Amino acid sequence: MEMVITGRAYVMGDNIDTDQIIPAQFLSYNPSDPEERKYFGRYANSGVPDGQMGLPDGNIRFVPDNAFRSEYAIVIGGKNFGCGSSREHAPLALAEAGVRAVIAEFYARIFFRNSVNGGYLLPLESVERLVEVIQTGDELRIDLNAGVVENLTRKSTHKINPLGDVLPIVEAGGVFAYARQTGMIAAK
Amino acid sequence: MPGMTITEKILAKKSGRSHVRPGDNVWVNVDVLMTHDVCGPGTIGIFHEEFGKEAKVWDRDRVVVIPDHYIFTADGKCHRNVQILRDFVKAQGLKYYYDPDFITGEPGFPNPYKDPTKTSYKGVCHKALPEEGHVRPGEILLGTDSHTCTAGAFGQFATGVGNTDAAFTLGTGKTWLKVPATMKFKFHGEIPAYLTAKDLILAVIGQIGVDGATYRSMYFTGDGIGSLTLEDRMTLTNMAIEAGGKNGVCDVDDKTLAYVRNRSNVPTWDIVEEDANAEYHSTFEWDLSTMEPMVAKPHSPDNKDLARNCRHVKLDQAYLGSCTGGKITDMIFAANILKGQKVKIKTWVVPGSTEVHADMKRLNLRGVPKDSNEKSIEDVLADAGCDIAPSGCGACLGGPPDTMGRLNSPITCISSTNRNFPGRMGDKRAGVYLASPLTVAASALTGYVTDPREYVTHKIETGTAGVV
Ligand code: SF4
Repeated sequence: MEMVITGRAYVMGDNIDTDQIIPAQFLSYNPSDPEERKYFGRYANSGVPDGQMGLPDGNIRFVPDNAFRSEYAIVIGGKNFGCGSSREHAPLALAEAGVRAVIAEFYARIFFRNSVNGGYLLPLESVERLVEVIQTGDELRIDLNAGVVENLTRKSTHKINPLGDVLPIVEAGGVFAYARQTGMIAAK
Repeated sequence: MPGMTITEKILAKKSGRSHVRPGDNVWVNVDVLMTHDVCGPGTIGIFHEEFGKEAKVWDRDRVVVIPDHYIFTADGKCHRNVQILRDFVKAQGLKYYYDPDFITGEPGFPNPYKDPTKTSYKGVCHKALPEEGHVRPGEILLGTDSHTCTAGAFGQFATGVGNTDAAFTLGTGKTWLKVPATMKFKFHGEIPAYLTAKDLILAVIGQIGVDGATYRSMYFTGDGIGSLTLEDRMTLTNMAIEAGGKNGVCDVDDKTLAYVRNRSNVPTWDIVEEDANAEYHSTFEWDLSTMEPMVAKPHSPDNKDLARNCRHVKLDQAYLGSCTGGKITDMIFAANILKGQKVKIKTWVVPGSTEVHADMKRLNLRGVPKDSNEKSIEDVLADAGCDIAPSGCGACLGGPPDTMGRLNSPITCISSTNRNFPGRMGDKRAGVYLASPLTVAASALTGYVTDPREYVTHKIETGTAGVV
């Protein structure tokens, strides 16, 4: 598990649902096919209404046209991040686009679970609301040992909650790796 | 020791413990795992990657595969995904698979079934699961779809999971769950003619918010719930996820048992009741006689208002369908409002399952088998000017751009479906009002959001529809 993650922030609002993260029309790609999987990166966050794309300004594309990767490695969300459809394509799409961590006030449970069990990205919880404090494009440094995210652009530091119960699964890299470590399923 | 709620009792039993408390992490044995065409291919990929190319599922009689999402589209990738399911079902020797037999491998838009009683295709998974006998009190059902919680109406623990979790269960028959605290929603009185369960759940979500039940179980109880048809209870539990709930659950009564006895493909099950001293996270009470027809305005299921407050909202389209509002009783409700009249706006009707579609042809407006000189529900809807599409998820989740009823431009639609987040039904600038089938039908007649009390004069009987 990476203990330090640096990257630029992409700021989103409250109740970001998985249809916004990856719109249904792109779900016909098969994530198990390496060539098709890349397209989830291309269309990540493309369902967000234009005015809310990259707060506070809006109209900031998460992934440029025809690209597969985003320049933003850290997503900042508000309340109830990842609500709605259970599609695992959502954390997968963010990860394919290059996201390594989301920091939100709290998560819809299936998104959180998919992120952890699939080992796609770190779903971290902020102690305070960061949506109005961090701006899209800010340079961030997450330090999990210290339990903080530093805003290098604005010279501020914000606390992050410990991962709690799911830490062993996150450390193992997902539910399969965890089950192998604990002897629940046979080694590969 | 405090007593347990229904959800706690099921999780205790399935994890081999005498007692669990909210917050406990437990490994449980899963009774049934369902997947469909959108999440199946990814799940199957992970399953083989993790357990090996030759791996077999833990129990081939407990895996149910129901293609339903992207069926009526010319998108070749969608047909390919159905083929991935077929290959997996064959290789694994799975017992329960409901094939869209009209998808032949020919490129282009498939020719839909002609007779809904003569296809192996079933339509929307959450409707098909109980119809085909995969839903029983006391069991644990997982599905790769967030609305798997629908089956809680039958007194079981049912919840949605992602591909990785599903692949893990495919190989092991197990999953880990954190025991949720339970919120209790108690309804008193008898459901009035102008309300359906959709109004109740929109009121609940409107009150507690789209995150109001996050990580929790929602328990719907009281004589008001007893007065609902089983199908209407499914509307309640279906939308538990729209409040962030892990599951929704109802008590088991004679209505539940009549249906399950007739359908279940396993002969026995456990009826689980709450303990008298069960502890609840919170309790909410409603009196059905004081409730009014509700809508959820764009763009969130908790953006509640009374239908009558939105009479000025001009609509471009109406949509009746999905696992929430495409059941046979929903169709009967709508048909009784639309009978003998003409819709003013484009109105799509998408049966929730092929069984619903067959019943629309077989039953009359009172929900009983029609005489040869009587009109069927489908006749009434078609006469009113509705467009009737073949069964499936359809435009409920937008889907590929050629999906029938999809909102391909920034229009305003009233819908009996479950979500109205931006872009859910297509264009992210479109606005969706969620409402009961009664309200959708009344609004289709006026072209504006309309309180069904303008049309409902007496209780609409649904007869034997959806009863057994
Ligand atoms: S009908 Fe709509 S909500 Fe129901 S399973 Fe299909 S897409 Fe999901």
